[in-house]
Amino acid sequence: MGNTSSMLTQYDIEEVQERCNHTFSQQEIVSLYQRFCQLDRNGRGFISSDEFLSIPEFAVNPLSQRLLRMLNGLNFKEFVAFLSAFSPRATLQHKIEFIFKVYDSDCNGKVTFSDILDILRDLTGQFISEQQREQVLTRVLEESGYTKDSALNISDFMKILGNSGTRMEVEVPVD
Amino acid sequence: MSSTTGRFRPSSSESDLDRPNIEDYLPSGSSIQQEPRGKLRLRDLLDISPTLTEAAGAIVDDSFTRCFKSNSPEPWNWNIYLFPLWCCGVVIRYFILFPVRVLVLTLGWIIFLSSYIPVHFLLKGHDRLRKKLERFLVELICSFFVASWTGVVKYHGPRPSMRPNQVFVANHTSMIDFIILEQMTAFAVIMQKHAGWVGLLQSTILESMGCIWFNRTESKDREIVARKLREHVQGADNPLLIFPEGTCVNNHYTVMFKKGAFELGCSVCPVAIKYNKIFVDAFWNSRKQSFTKHLLQLMTSWAVVCDVWYLEPQNMRSGETPIEFAERVRDIISARAGLKKVPWDGYLKHSRPSPKHRERKQQSFAESVLRRLEEK
Repeated sequence: MGNTSSMLTQYDIEEVQERCNHTFSQQEIVSLYQRFCQLDRNGRGFISSDEFLSIPEFAVNPLSQRLLRMLNGLNFKEFVAFLSAFSPRATLQHKIEFIFKVYDSDCNGKVTFSDILDILRDLTGQFISEQQREQVLTRVLEESGYTKDSALNISDFMKILGNSGTRMEVEVPVD
Repeated sequence: MSSTTGRFRPSSSESDLDRPNIEDYLPSGSSIQQEPRGKLRLRDLLDISPTLTEAAGAIVDDSFTRCFKSNSPEPWNWNIYLFPLWCCGVVIRYFILFPVRVLVLTLGWIIFLSSYIPVHFLLKGHDRLRKKLERFLVELICSFFVASWTGVVKYHGPRPSMRPNQVFVANHTSMIDFIILEQMTAFAVIMQKHAGWVGLLQSTILESMGCIWFNRTESKDREIVARKLREHVQGADNPLLIFPEGTCVNNHYTVMFKKGAFELGCSVCPVAIKYNKIFVDAFWNSRKQSFTKHLLQLMTSWAVVCDVWYLEPQNMRSGETPIEFAERVRDIISARAGLKKVPWDGYLKHSRPSPKHRERKQQSFAESVLRRLEEK
């Protein structure tokens, strides 16, 4: 079993860095590559849902099913691009765009009432009734000057989340 | 003293014998929500970054996968004058040491079988003598195994005594743990039933040691094992050895101990095993290699170096639950062997965590939303 990290050349690393707007350092990319190979147990070049779910800490996450749909079939470059929103070097705009993408399940650039409700359902499960969830969301939307029928776009998200001090940072272990 | 504290629990606890609560190990209400206060606003609902961060953190690195990561040996041969030396080493290891070791092992087996079979069949009437001889022979063949990888084992602390009402628990790195401990004491062990030649040995020779086999996936087996465990602890005269982690861990971490061994109401004697990785990684990664391959890897290495500590026997304290007791013993073993503790059940290698854990997170979020909705 050879040392897999040696298969990444400087050229590869730079290409990946370009793809993720230099949000990760070269060492971090090597680390991520080792992790990617470790998770891709079948060596197929992508990490299957089953392989992701073998991480217990991921499997218990309320949003894991939704994230799996985004992670499905990503190759290494796309995997790094996915994670780049969590880099301390990523801009706030990048992070909020990522959150927006999680909401916008049909990728039409609009987040509707039902999109938000879907996420809220994942996050609260059986502990809030469907009816109560809708009431809560309607009320909160109206208090912020939106209605049940308004579709939020990315600039709305920027306005709402832009100054909330969102801390979405994950440190890549480098040895 | 032990008999007063932990008399057997009713059988209802047997069904969850192998399912300790992860909540009992994790700090309460893990980091997902830091009790935000004040009126609920839209941004509080939309900001899902804490949950996303947790998910991404787990993808990048997680404590569970770390427990089962084999450490590849540090290459030291890429140098013009080290390389020839390394080549010499390879020649010695594969073409001198390995054949000699195979020879030693074969010799061991010949001696073992040629005495074990007559003892087993001819001494049918003299049970005590037969048992004694059989145990001696099993210890002997284990010594041959240890010799076949030039095991350099340092035993610390008093040798285990042969008396009833005690169980030995050890951390688990590879099946060779069992061989290393067995060469000193004829333990009866509880193990997963294996296939192939290991399974054959299990069902023939080791059976006579009072060893107990089970199938991890059979829930019916659990009850049978729990019953056999009790019978053995009370009746038999050789001590019982249990690997409460239930799976092999890479000797850097310990996963949760199953509480089965800790609710028998008898003394628990911790055994800590630490391997020195200088020549070979003794972790058996059963996903990557068969046990035969693992043994071959050990037999072609320079030596297997390890330390074994027999630690002070522990009894359940009054007011202590079996899980707390198990945790205390895990602390003792982890501290002695220098292992880090993780809050995961090793069986998660074969199954998914129960939805209970996710529901716990959902509940805390739901409660915080509802509470803040009330606030003005």
